[in-house]
Amino acid sequence: MIHFVLLISRQGKVRLTKWYSPYAQKERSKVIRELSGHILIRGPKLCNFVEWRGYKVVYRRYASLYFCMCIDANDNELEVLEIIHHFVEILDRYFGSVCELDLIFNFHKAYYILDEVLIAGELQESSKKNVARLVAAQDSLVEAAKEESNSISNIIAQAAK
Amino acid sequence: MNPFSSGTRLRDMIRSIRACKTAAEERAVVRKECAAIRAAISENDQDYRHRNLAKLMFIHMLGYPTHFGQMECLKLIAASGFPEKRIGYLGLMLLLDERQEVLMLVTNSLKQDLNHSNQYIVGLALCALGNICSAEMARDLAPEVERLLNSRDPNIKKKAALCSIRIIRKVPDLSENFMYPAASLLKEKHHGVLISGVQLCIELCKASKDSLDHIRRNCTDVLVRILKDVSNSSYAPEYDIAGITDPFLHIRVLRILRILGQGDADSSETMNDILAQVATKTESNKNAGNAILYECVETIMGIEATSGLRVLAINILGRFLSNRDNNIRYVALNILMRAISVDTQAVQRHRTTILECVKDTDASIRKRALELVFLLVNDTNAKHLIKELVDYLQVSDPDFKEDLTAKICLIVEKFSQDKLWYLDQMFKVLSLAGNFVKDDVWHALIVAISNAPDLQGYSVRLLYSALQASLEQESLVRVAVWCIGEYGEMLVNNVGFLDSEEPITVTESDAIDLVELALKRHTTDTTTRAMCLVSLLKLSSRFPPTSERVKGIVTQHKGNVELELQQRSIEFASIIQRHTGIKSTLLERMPVLDEASYLSKRAGSTEKTASGDPKSTASGDSKITSSVKVPNGVAKPPTTAAIPNLIDFSIDDAPVPPTSTTASEPPNFMMDLIDINLPSSPPSGGEPAPVINRNIIDDLLSIGTSPVENGLPASSSFPTIAKSTVPETKPAPVSDLLDGLSLSLDSSSSPSREEEHKSITAFQSGNLKITFSFRKQPEKLQATLIHATFTNLSSNAYTNFIFQAAVPKFIQLHLDPASSNTLPANGNGTITQSLTLTNTQHGQKPLAMRIRMSYKVNNEEKLEQGQAENKERKTFSLSIAFSSDSHSVERELFAVASHFLLSSSFELVPRFYKP
Repeated sequence: MIHFVLLISRQGKVRLTKWYSPYAQKERSKVIRELSGHILIRGPKLCNFVEWRGYKVVYRRYASLYFCMCIDANDNELEVLEIIHHFVEILDRYFGSVCELDLIFNFHKAYYILDEVLIAGELQESSKKNVARLVAAQDSLVEAAKEESNSISNIIAQAAK
Repeated sequence: MNPFSSGTRLRDMIRSIRACKTAAEERAVVRKECAAIRAAISENDQDYRHRNLAKLMFIHMLGYPTHFGQMECLKLIAASGFPEKRIGYLGLMLLLDERQEVLMLVTNSLKQDLNHSNQYIVGLALCALGNICSAEMARDLAPEVERLLNSRDPNIKKKAALCSIRIIRKVPDLSENFMYPAASLLKEKHHGVLISGVQLCIELCKASKDSLDHIRRNCTDVLVRILKDVSNSSYAPEYDIAGITDPFLHIRVLRILRILGQGDADSSETMNDILAQVATKTESNKNAGNAILYECVETIMGIEATSGLRVLAINILGRFLSNRDNNIRYVALNILMRAISVDTQAVQRHRTTILECVKDTDASIRKRALELVFLLVNDTNAKHLIKELVDYLQVSDPDFKEDLTAKICLIVEKFSQDKLWYLDQMFKVLSLAGNFVKDDVWHALIVAISNAPDLQGYSVRLLYSALQASLEQESLVRVAVWCIGEYGEMLVNNVGFLDSEEPITVTESDAIDLVELALKRHTTDTTTRAMCLVSLLKLSSRFPPTSERVKGIVTQHKGNVELELQQRSIEFASIIQRHTGIKSTLLERMPVLDEASYLSKRAGSTEKTASGDPKSTASGDSKITSSVKVPNGVAKPPTTAAIPNLIDFSIDDAPVPPTSTTASEPPNFMMDLIDINLPSSPPSGGEPAPVINRNIIDDLLSIGTSPVENGLPASSSFPTIAKSTVPETKPAPVSDLLDGLSLSLDSSSSPSREEEHKSITAFQSGNLKITFSFRKQPEKLQATLIHATFTNLSSNAYTNFIFQAAVPKFIQLHLDPASSNTLPANGNGTITQSLTLTNTQHGQKPLAMRIRMSYKVNNEEKLEQGQAENKERKTFSLSIAFSSDSHSVERELFAVASHFLLSSSFELVPRFYKP
């Protein structure tokens, strides 16, 4: 099971956090601090796993961003690397060659995508296309609602004139 | 409209936060935004609610408090539109977690949304429920989720399946409801549904035996077919990763097959073929393929596989180990660790490679490899492996030294039959990484040295040379200083010279020089310094001519700011100066430390398992061994040397019968005294010394019952003695006793009463039990000596344990130091403490006492208090003597002895007693 997902920048700034196991607010910032200390200092050729508090943290670096997932000690580390890559590819397709800024300004969209990939710390979909389709469908629902409200407010504005 | 809330857009806020150059600026921006959002919340502004929540989420991610926005999530979720719900649920998952009460309020909205006609809204609700639901919500909403497992939409199905996983994790009882729907999910074609269905089945198998049996019976074939289909399928672009169709599905099916095949030959048989196929056909040039192979090898190791399949798995492992990719090597070490129980030989074959991995540059790999090496060590390869590890210790990373040292010590101790080898390796470790050696390890080393008379000379010479080379390693200094103090003359006279040794010439003053150097080094800590002082004191007796010099060195510390050192130096100086007559007896060599009981005690204290056989804890009773550890690691072996010796001195000096001189001393000293006084009796407790029987029996109340007996590390022999001699002396003590208890006892029933008052439970709560046993001297009826025993009934150890007592004005109270301030969990040990109560109105008023215990559990302060009373008679009334005319020498000695035992409870706190 994945206990949490972290996106940390090279400078140690948090870009996304998702907790599937209960961690109190204080505990969360402690975990993030501790892990950034462990992970950010590791050299490029080393393995992508860090043992931490009886768990394992699998991380992978994409440009300036570290994608980290904390798993149980007997989970399949190589598969989690694949899950990270799966998530990144979906992000990449959605944003069109994703960069850190996309994830900063559209952090909520990154969360929506993550929610289509993982639930309860388990993988829910192995098809990137299906995830993209689901997210797009929900985005268009939101767009439609927005347009509708805009047109209503336009009508009201017109009427008020 | 509110002037604030109309303010910035989300994008603008993020931009302005990113533009901040300092943390203070950022805080200012965030504060302003938060103020605006709060204002909007209090105005119940609806137009920008979703935007405000998005802002809050960003602020939350930066680590600022956002609890005030929690209710906004609920309002958005309760709204009717999809956009509001979407952001509301996201906020719910980010800002709240399952432990917040607010979450309960959302249960109703969730229920409605789970029944919504819009599939995306149902999806949102399932996702939120799956990520943060609490046990109560799980119970409330399980029927809805169960229904959704049968939904027609595959996207709802897969979400409902994962949501069920969370529900089962929270409430395992619900698992049987999900058993049938989960099995039917495996018939689907949609990969998302299959993946989540298989995961749900895995979770069910873990949660209940029934589900495991059900799934094993009905689904094994289905699962094998899924694996076969996916592994044989032609190129499927939607699921393809590096030429493999859906590795995620592969891995999950392999995982559940492992669970199903474990210990079940039939189902293992069914999956043999497909496992062989996956193991041979999967490409291993990409990570995805390796992930499948990794899972497959684990499954083969886990089930009742055929030997051919095992060979296949071991071969894959060999390939993994020699791979250049660190990730692959890491997981290889990981499986080897699990494979060791299946096929030790196969793992042993890779020993050299594994040993290489211990020296890898990658910390994760090193750590894994070291664990593995530890499992691989056996009688034949121990010496070779240890040599390699010790060599590596020299050059290893400082970060890694701690782990490495701990493992080396464990292995060396495990294979320590060859004493010389054990000592050699330990000395090497001490000089290379002495700062990382744990206390119990070097304690054990000292016990071992004291038990090897023919190697003591060798040890002290080797340690001397090592110490000369470097004073950097704290525990090396401690062990060396202890040995030099004990075996100084062996060092100077080359006693017990071994052929392999290089001869060294050490003069008496060289030895003192070195200890002095260690004492004066500025980085040496207090404990080590204190040990140096003891060592010097001992040397002054081993080498009489140096006495003056030692005195000079010791005296320099008379003004030390550390109380411990100051006290020691004052006391030691006075021993050297004023008590030369008895000094040599006082500073005799330590009696041989009891190895067996030390080891069993150590095992008991490290293993913390309460289930441990009571016999083994009881065997820790032996006086000397317990003194090594008892006082919270403060009293170190040299200290223990000092205690018996000092007491020894008191006996030689004052030939009064022990009864009167030691009346005010705590019983554990008394026991030391007994043991030392009678050299013929072995140091292990429980051997009664006939001379002193009488005075102990004087008080029947002191007869310990079993908890006292096996609990007391230091003085357990005391109750034993009393008990063993009771029958002969019964009549006299009883009457003595009753005199003191005359208020409520009638003498006719004395034989039965005496049983009742052996020892009483003075206080008992859920976590703590205190028993008192009483003692009195016939000539001083006013005084009662109480021997208190504290037992920890909870499962956490207590530290900083302090017992305080308060008495009414007419009673005088004198507390002796406690045996320790740490109380092990589950009654695995006790603290003992003696107190003397003097009732000035003896015969008129009964004794009464309030007690208070403060201690720390997991660093949390706790306080318990109560009235000490005898269950049978409300308040115990006893009378007691007060030995005011103690001999002055004795008092001084008492001080010497007491300060070794952490005299935290010397000050009494009668202030909270209100008569």
